[in-house]
Amino acid sequence: MKQMTILSGKGGTGKTTITASFAALSENAVFADCDVDASNLHLLLNPEVKKTIDFMGLKMAVIDPERCTRCGLCMELCRFNAIEDYRVDPIHCEGCKVCVVNCPVEAIDFVDRVCGHAYISETRYGPMSHARLTPGMENSGKLVTLVRQNAQRLAEEHGSELVLVDGPPGIGCPAIASLSNVEYSLIVVEPTLSGIHDLKRALGLLRHFDVEPLVCVNKYDLNTDNTDEITRYCEENGVAMVGRVPFDPEVTKAMVQGQPVVEYRPKSPASAAIADVWAETRTQLGV
Amino acid sequence: MNTRVNMKVVVASGKGGTGKTSVAVNLALSVGAEQVLDCDVEEPNVHIFLEPEVTESQPVELLVPRIIEERCTYCRKCAEFCQYNALFVAGETAMVFPELCHSCGGCKLVCPEDAIEEVPRMIGKIFKGHAHGVELVYGELNIGEPLAVPIISEVKEQARREGLVILDAPPGSACPVVEAVHGSDFCLMVTEPTPFGLHDLEVATTVVKQLGVPMGVVVNFAGIGDRGVYEFCEQQGIPVLMEIPFDRKIAELYSRGVPFTEEMTEWRPRFQKLLDEMEVLAR
Repeated sequence: MKQMTILSGKGGTGKTTITASFAALSENAVFADCDVDASNLHLLLNPEVKKTIDFMGLKMAVIDPERCTRCGLCMELCRFNAIEDYRVDPIHCEGCKVCVVNCPVEAIDFVDRVCGHAYISETRYGPMSHARLTPGMENSGKLVTLVRQNAQRLAEEHGSELVLVDGPPGIGCPAIASLSNVEYSLIVVEPTLSGIHDLKRALGLLRHFDVEPLVCVNKYDLNTDNTDEITRYCEENGVAMVGRVPFDPEVTKAMVQGQPVVEYRPKSPASAAIADVWAETRTQLGV
Repeated sequence: MNTRVNMKVVVASGKGGTGKTSVAVNLALSVGAEQVLDCDVEEPNVHIFLEPEVTESQPVELLVPRIIEERCTYCRKCAEFCQYNALFVAGETAMVFPELCHSCGGCKLVCPEDAIEEVPRMIGKIFKGHAHGVELVYGELNIGEPLAVPIISEVKEQARREGLVILDAPPGSACPVVEAVHGSDFCLMVTEPTPFGLHDLEVATTVVKQLGVPMGVVVNFAGIGDRGVYEFCEQQGIPVLMEIPFDRKIAELYSRGVPFTEEMTEWRPRFQKLLDEMEVLAR
């Protein structure tokens, strides 16, 4: 079983559009949506949820006003400024437990909190693992790890050859969690200066964690000079370019219909190009 | 320079790539903001558009534990305490995994032998510069580091007390967004009129509401997609303050790192009007 994470650095470059189309083109794969705080893959794959799992994030401190003597030590010790007026702000509490163990009158409880849900689902293209982080919560990296574990288990159960992971934007904790034990990562980049800047940082992240990079330019015809620049950069750095996809209004129409574009308009320019990118990606992965 | 307004406006979105940076930069330039704080420290992009001359930079450090081997008795109290699994003690080995450390200081407090000291570790940098009469502060998380929040707080520490300060938030709805939005006077939510834009707008507005920050919406790429975003805003009573059409020229200028109001100057008074409306709504 192989695993590939679709990343981008910059948000909104078309990760989910590409992942959903790959899902439609794949024959024996499992899909994982690891953008847990702005997940969109389910909007195109329309999963039927088979199982819901509570996601317990870090615990949280809660001050019992009955027992609290208002000595203020907790506020002094909290490095996250999460305690104000002898109350813990759940949004800022990072669950470190410092106040809990140092309270001289044991007035602070350390309680579990459900920080989201993970789902095991079935789609018309194969099994899917996804999740929803409670808005504003910490620890999306930990939830990403849970989604990844669920996807790997699904792949083992179904004897799938590939896990396709739709990754989060950025290069921080959730992006790092979406890359652990992954052999390949496809970076979807748009031909803008911002896109190029963020591509370079994303490639740095893949190097750091020793993941084999592949690159695909989306909406390449919006600025062909920048597309050439990306192509040159990839060549110079030994990064495999697996194709380019043109700007195509059918992509948004497919999204409104809740379908991958390759299913909605298989002959449209974007669909044809994505099919080529998929073929080249499979060659690179050897699946 | 706009001296009348004392306000912190954060530009956020939920979904990535909807045009937060573009709105933040064009607003700042059109109305003469005092300062722009780029809080997307994982992928900062404002400097690409403003091209400031960086005059100051400073490291962002977190205090992480260092174990003083001579004093350590391998009692495991620190490892048992740490909620982030950043300490590991087995037999006569005690190890620190600094990337996992949230810098709460708890291990030092629980160590009975006084065998833990805290040492600074650099996880990123912040930069300051000026361009077009605006001060820009931006942060950069080091590649491979997971924790963006401490760098975002450091960027926000640099906020001016007076004048118009515009913050460019990271995408999503998790802790980095909370950190960026918290304490602002107004949140401008930039979205696209598509099912993806709508889904992520719903999630992001939940966070902003919890934080008690008043908000309004900018619909970018107007004309594509469907009416879902507009219907949602109407139901929720969130005003749509501006629509920026899907326009090949704007996209092309963006791709070259040019703020579109530089060439399409007719947009400047619209951004001024947007600011005026935000001022009223923030009261």
